[in-house]
Amino acid sequence: MTRRAAIVAGNRTPFVRAGRRYAQVSAQDLLVAALDGLVARCGLAGERLGEVVAGAVLKHSRDLNLTREAVLSTALDAATPAYDVQQACATGLETAVLLANKIALGQVESGIAGGADSASDAPIALDDRLRRVLLDLSRARTPAARLAALSRLRPGQLRPVPPRNAEPRTGLSMGEHAARTAAAWEVSRQAQDELALASHRNLAAAYERGFLDDLLTPYLGVRRDDLLRPDTSLEKLAALPPVFGRDLEQPATMTAGNSTPLTDGAAVVLLASDEWAAQHRLPVLAHLVDAETAAVDHVHGEGLLTAPVWAVPRLLQRNGLTLDDLDVVEVHEAFASTVLATLAAWEDEEFCRDRLGLEKPLGSVDRARLNPVGSSLATGHPFAATGARILATTAKLLAERGGGRALISICAAGGQGIAALVEA
Amino acid sequence: MPNLPKVPNPLGQDPYGAFVRSGPGALLAARAGLPRPPRLRRFEPGQELLTGPALVVELAGATRSAQVAGWLREAGARVLDDLAAAGEDRLGAVVVEATGVRRVAELAALREQLAPAFARTAPSGRVVLLTGLPQEFPDPEARAVQRGLEGFARSLGKEARGGTTVNLLRVATGAGTALRSALEFLCSARSAFVDGQPLVVGPGVPVPARERRVAVVTGAAQGIGAACAEVLARSGHHVVCVDVAAAGERLAAVANRVHGSTLHLDVTADDAPARLADHLAVRFDGADVVVHNAGVTRDRSFVKLDAAAWDAVLGVNLLAPLRLTAGLLERTGALAPGARLVCLSSINGVAGAKGQTNYATSKAGLVGMVEALAAPLAERGMAVNAVAPGFVETPMTAAMPPVPREVGRRASSLLQGGLPVDVAEAVAWLAQPDAAGIDGQVLRVCGQSVLGA
Ligand SMILES: NC(=O)c1ccc[n+]([C@@H]2O[C@H](COP(=O)([O-])OP(=O)(O)OC[C@H]3O[C@@H](n4cnc5c(N)ncnc54)[C@H](O)[C@@H]3O)[C@@H](O)[C@H]2O)c1
Repeated sequence: MTRRAAIVAGNRTPFVRAGRRYAQVSAQDLLVAALDGLVARCGLAGERLGEVVAGAVLKHSRDLNLTREAVLSTALDAATPAYDVQQACATGLETAVLLANKIALGQVESGIAGGADSASDAPIALDDRLRRVLLDLSRARTPAARLAALSRLRPGQLRPVPPRNAEPRTGLSMGEHAARTAAAWEVSRQAQDELALASHRNLAAAYERGFLDDLLTPYLGVRRDDLLRPDTSLEKLAALPPVFGRDLEQPATMTAGNSTPLTDGAAVVLLASDEWAAQHRLPVLAHLVDAETAAVDHVHGEGLLTAPVWAVPRLLQRNGLTLDDLDVVEVHEAFASTVLATLAAWEDEEFCRDRLGLEKPLGSVDRARLNPVGSSLATGHPFAATGARILATTAKLLAERGGGRALISICAAGGQGIAALVEA
Repeated sequence: MPNLPKVPNPLGQDPYGAFVRSGPGALLAARAGLPRPPRLRRFEPGQELLTGPALVVELAGATRSAQVAGWLREAGARVLDDLAAAGEDRLGAVVVEATGVRRVAELAALREQLAPAFARTAPSGRVVLLTGLPQEFPDPEARAVQRGLEGFARSLGKEARGGTTVNLLRVATGAGTALRSALEFLCSARSAFVDGQPLVVGPGVPVPARERRVAVVTGAAQGIGAACAEVLARSGHHVVCVDVAAAGERLAAVANRVHGSTLHLDVTADDAPARLADHLAVRFDGADVVVHNAGVTRDRSFVKLDAAAWDAVLGVNLLAPLRLTAGLLERTGALAPGARLVCLSSINGVAGAKGQTNYATSKAGLVGMVEALAAPLAERGMAVNAVAPGFVETPMTAAMPPVPREVGRRASSLLQGGLPVDVAEAVAWLAQPDAAGIDGQVLRVCGQSVLGA
């Protein structure tokens, strides 16, 4: 029997819409803030941990050692090693899985996993032709060669190239991909708005009852996620114009209200062996039991964000579980329609039989157990941070109810997805 | 131990003080007869106890002079046989052993022996009078003499210059380790802003210190609470830094700096006592030190005071310490054996202040709490005291209107506001195991403010 990694504590910055209060800080600053808050909460200043593993999706080339550089700015012992991992929106959970596996194998006793993203401080690339000119120029030995390189310069090349939120192989943005999936599953506008409303209400209630007091540390004077709209309503959400899928035959249903905007923030979780946690007298919230990643061929027709539809049944099957065995189900709300399409797929007999190879439908998720304290539609979604936010939230939900089993499902760019099982 | 950063420079907060300590400013202030606040000596690691030799002045019936001289020597001081031995040196401390004085006539020796020594004290010098506990003397003259020494000490405090302080210890029969501990504290730079104060030293047996002592400080994100965290960490405590979630960013910085930990907790929340008790029991085997420091002000003249301003101040400053203490005492394992509790009162609570009926009620209320809890806690080997700061340079006082702020700063024998660290030093001293025997008292850290007694 291998050891299971204990989820000990979590911390994150409040999440903030890009270009607002965190506009002047980098992903590294955000990661340092999240780490230092966790270190303080657990009393780990000066402590050497097994490792810190984190990542960012929007990453500057100068941040090649993002996590290590962040660790050096924290109160942790500088002898704590670190490395970067990136798996798009799955980063924050994938880092936790990697760390949990090392803990299970006895390679490390403790560590921190997570991620940070600053869409405000996104890298801007040079035009590729300009980049070649500059590289040739730096290699040129003679004045003539330098002149030759420079002569290839054109004014148009001076325009910077901002990062694209589009899939390289399809040219479609994530929202457009999601709109196509939503149309295929006939996800209604009303259902999406209802899911968004529930997310805001649940998160607002969680703040009110102090649920986030030990999951979050204010940063730069921000105390709560600034996307949270406690007073939003179905009427307000229904009034928003659609922004994705406007070129499709079906009516466009996805709005700024039921989609996540670009967000800045960071989140981290402390994982450890039970022994390490006991030695440090840190109560264990839950254990990370198992995880499964999946990928779909979104280039040839699969829904870009549907990989968890495959990952979850495989994970449940391996652990001999059904959806009914779960007390909490956390499905990342990249878009309300993504969550609803995923749930619809699991309920669909034909799809489950033909595509997932299941004898009967996977089943339905009890809505009362789905994202009970809100998710990305209300918190926002700093890509690499989301997984760690959800993992810490899930662990605390289980600890709070005195035990149970939870499923986490997160979709990611590139047609990928990750699912994890958490038990307390 | 982490390398703790030095206390912030006080001059930045008190521009007048900084100016009149400068060359041209000093000249101007002297000419104009303006107050000239002295620069106070404060604790630094590795520092000598005193800035000059010590002298023990022995009055009639003294029994402890040799013991006191021995303690001072062990603490690294050079103790003189008589004033003449000082040569050119100015005195770092003068300790007056007056516990045996019983007759008015015997007080004359005070004038003859102390006056020349007092005139020779060094900057930030120390005068400590040891007296008896007046209540223990049935004889009217003896009690009058002992009680009279307090008036003497308070007056001498007002005459002292250059940051020299004058304090008085009332030594009860059976006084234990706290006498030595109090004497060392009052002679050291740690008591820079403690001036003109009497303190009773009673019997008390220190419990053996645990290997990893744990202190809780509420309101630790800034000001006096943050300073308490630093000083308690310096003396080897793991500090649980408590503050509202909204102050979490500053709180984390404080906790990480002192290698402590944070707990986001509104002390007024219904479940705050249970949550704090659980946290301390589960994570730390109980706290050795609890500092009730979280506090708020909502100043308003009494008739204009609304219910919210009343409730907020009474809730945070008084009800929360009462409830938290009860909760910690109730829960087995929340407090370690020999635990020390310290409440942050205020001289405004003792003396009263215009516009602060709510605040003064809460802060005087804490004195009542301390008095009532002392006996039951002593039975359990624990102790509780209050520290009453005078004007201290913190975000709380920075928010005051300029005129009262400037008056507050100067209206004391030391002619300046204290620093958060001054209050923290007193809190941390009361938390020391060897301070056992100081119990149920109010220690003012006010530079001998003119407010109150
Ligand atoms: N500054 C002075 O001159 C002075 C003088 C006398 C007494 N005091 C007392 O000393 C204590 C500290 O004063 P300061 O000047 O450092 O104050 P401050 O305002 O700088 O800090 C007080 C801290 O208490 C925290 N706090 C407030 N309400 C809380 C709650 N409900 N739960 C948890 N934390 C809460 C605040 O967030 C803040 O961090 C107070 O009790 C104050 O009344 C101060």
